[in-house]
Amino acid sequence: MKQFSQLINSLEITNKTNAKLDALVNFFETALDKDKLWLIALFTGKRPKRPVKTSLLKQWCIEETGLPEWLFLESYSTVGDLGETLSLLLPEPSNTIDKPLHIYMDELKQLSTKSDDEKKAYVLNAWRHLDTQQRFIFNKLIGGSFRIGVSKKTLVNALSKLTNIDANQLMHSIIGQWDINSISFEDLINGSHINYDNSKPYPFCLAYSLEKNLDELGSVSDWQVEYKWDGIRGQIVKRNNEIYIWSRGEELVTKQFPELVEIVSTIKEDFVLDGEILAVKDQSVLLFNDLQKRLNRKTISKKLLQDVPIGFFAYDILEINDEDLRAKSLQFRRNTLEQLFSDNQLSKPNFKLSEVIQFNKWEELDAIRNEARLHNSEGLMLKQKQSEYHVGRKKGDWWKWKVEPLTIDAVMIYAQKGSGRRSSKYTDYTFAVKTEDGLVTVAKAYSGLTNDEITEISRWVNKNAIEKFGPVRTVKPELVFEIAFEGIAFSKRHKSGVALRFPRIKRWRKDKPVSEIDTIETVKQLITNPLDV
Amino acid sequence: MKFIKFTKKGIYCIPGKFYLDPWYPVDYAIISHGHADHSRWGNKHYLCHQNSKNILLHRLGKDISIETLNFNQIKTVNGVKVSFFPAGHIIGSVQIKLEYKGKVVVFSGDYKTNPDFITTPFEPVKCHEFITESTFGLPIYSWKTEAELQSQLQQWIVNNQKQNKTSVFFGYSLGKAQRIMSLVDGIDEVYVHSAINNLNQAISKSGIVLPKSKLITSDFNKKDIHNKIVILPPALLGSKLLKKIPNAATAICSGWMQIRGNRRWKGVDAGFAVSDHADWNGLLSAVKATEAEKVYVTHGSQAVFSKYLNEIGIESQEVVTEYGTEDNEDAKDQQLTTTS
Repeated sequence: MKQFSQLINSLEITNKTNAKLDALVNFFETALDKDKLWLIALFTGKRPKRPVKTSLLKQWCIEETGLPEWLFLESYSTVGDLGETLSLLLPEPSNTIDKPLHIYMDELKQLSTKSDDEKKAYVLNAWRHLDTQQRFIFNKLIGGSFRIGVSKKTLVNALSKLTNIDANQLMHSIIGQWDINSISFEDLINGSHINYDNSKPYPFCLAYSLEKNLDELGSVSDWQVEYKWDGIRGQIVKRNNEIYIWSRGEELVTKQFPELVEIVSTIKEDFVLDGEILAVKDQSVLLFNDLQKRLNRKTISKKLLQDVPIGFFAYDILEINDEDLRAKSLQFRRNTLEQLFSDNQLSKPNFKLSEVIQFNKWEELDAIRNEARLHNSEGLMLKQKQSEYHVGRKKGDWWKWKVEPLTIDAVMIYAQKGSGRRSSKYTDYTFAVKTEDGLVTVAKAYSGLTNDEITEISRWVNKNAIEKFGPVRTVKPELVFEIAFEGIAFSKRHKSGVALRFPRIKRWRKDKPVSEIDTIETVKQLITNPLDV
Repeated sequence: MKFIKFTKKGIYCIPGKFYLDPWYPVDYAIISHGHADHSRWGNKHYLCHQNSKNILLHRLGKDISIETLNFNQIKTVNGVKVSFFPAGHIIGSVQIKLEYKGKVVVFSGDYKTNPDFITTPFEPVKCHEFITESTFGLPIYSWKTEAELQSQLQQWIVNNQKQNKTSVFFGYSLGKAQRIMSLVDGIDEVYVHSAINNLNQAISKSGIVLPKSKLITSDFNKKDIHNKIVILPPALLGSKLLKKIPNAATAICSGWMQIRGNRRWKGVDAGFAVSDHADWNGLLSAVKATEAEKVYVTHGSQAVFSKYLNEIGIESQEVVTEYGTEDNEDAKDQQLTTTS
């Protein structure tokens, strides 16, 4: 556990990817085989069910320390993490015992079936023999919410650095079906349990933001223009009756989208498609916020499948029946893609070709781009028809041309501490605009400011807050911010009557007094007339 | 009778007609220690411990009117007996004891109960009323002993040296920097920033012997510094100077580093919970040792600490002051860099 705890510590403390890789490589070089397998399991969601309820952990800690509950809660809201709060509040261990990670994991697995008294005895004993950092890790292992600040991709890159095995193959290996008790570390990373030839994805071709005038692009007829969607860019790979879905971040996300797997399995050809994974309901694309509800879940409930159905808009085809098409022209690939869809009668609302926008002159495109927002699209993609499918980001052939965000000026009325890295500062804010007789909340936002600005605001909040206890602070309506967002709609669920899409802080308007913020009326005008801005 | 009043300018002694660590200019200021939020500009007259005198002269200018008092001395000001007791916070820091007609009030200033290698250890003083700070007034704050901190820092430096890295510490120029110097003394050469060097010189003038250190100049030779130890004020995080230091591994020394979120927020390679303030148990033991009938709680977690004291049967009240902020160790430093 000491070794694992040191690894977590070094992973957490640094922002540098290389330092994270080194720490992981070092762990894989020195740890026990079983511990390595558990590390991979923990990173890939293969952890056991939570054996003890967090409310019990809290209760036992209060008993152990003799602190009043309000003081426990006050500590929790300062630390922002239950496992860490427990580890800091409990008294120093009189002596420490070091057991390997896999022993703890086995013990925790067995704990699930024990009585509460037995669980308590086990947990208290562990707490009394672990130092603060290890106690924190132990609590996280129990709690089940083990986020280490390292993506699967980083883990896979470390394994790749260690073994020289292709990173995507490793991704497939660790995500694939394997059982911790019946596989060796060696076999797992060598992929003895998978067939990588079937899953192998291609590197994505990426676009830069448009940086010239449209008429400098040349003839309109040389360009294919499509909507740019705000979902998850993905590749669907189908080979030898196996189906894999890869995300842009080169993570395998197949299991998260069963409806796509179902549709793809009806197609007879083998292929690799590039497209956008979106939430699509009643023929319209939902907001990214909705799509997010579907991501990174262990199980997807029936209700969620109904509320947020998934769709796929196909942009491109990279391979058909084992033939790599990437060096062919976009025009050729598009024809192949259209052929595939028509042969298989694939034009469904939630599985379709990305629409090619018809236009005759560059001047028409600006208006089309501005209307993109009405479809929940974030702008346009401009692709050279002769372009091959490049590896990574290359200038010239593909451009993205996003819509300008809408903005309003609003005043901060609540501030809340963040979590994790941001737990020490007030980082989550609620903003309001004017009404006839006061203020009304219009948005919550927690991104867009620099660390220095957040520190300055946190200090201000400390001085100007009304509450003294708990995580949320009501503040004097004084600080004005420009809030940018992607769309706006009427909403019955919101007191203000409007919902903003993807609000974030554009800048802190230190120059603006609160008397000059927007009113709810001017905000609502953006709905009827969104193109004016 | 009541002889202390909390006013807009600071803590006022009514019969003595003087202020304790005032935040607005007054005629007579008694100063607990040299940090910028406790010893401010513009007072007509200053009274401080002899070990703080040169720090104040350095920070506030040579022409201020200043007198000093040692431990075990009493000065009577308008009938109020004033004496100083060690606060263990930084070099020269004191608790201020006021006695008038048999009633004793003690103002803690900032204090730390754990002994270190460099400050005169904290000494509890029995009193009727105690004015305490509460910077780290939550039970999640519990410090390691000085010997444990010393070995943590040493291990980190040795590890860095194995990887050919220069160990760069960030800590407030007054107090924390000298504490770090004492913790890493003897491992390797220590280089300090000019803001720290200036204070070291001021402190040395009072006859205090500090661990050896060298000045890091803006045109330093990379070879000299590589693999060694460097101490910089927190304002230089992300600075050009830092970028010039070869293969730097960075660490912040501050009580706030007890919490993971804070360690990660700063984007440094390590965070050590080295604080010049009392931890939760330190605050509690200090308050109990005074046997005070009434405890006033100032800057930090005053609401929480005061509520807890009342619950355990110690009458307490929170007081709003201009000392510190929740970020107080950083904030103070920014003030210093603009004033020095």
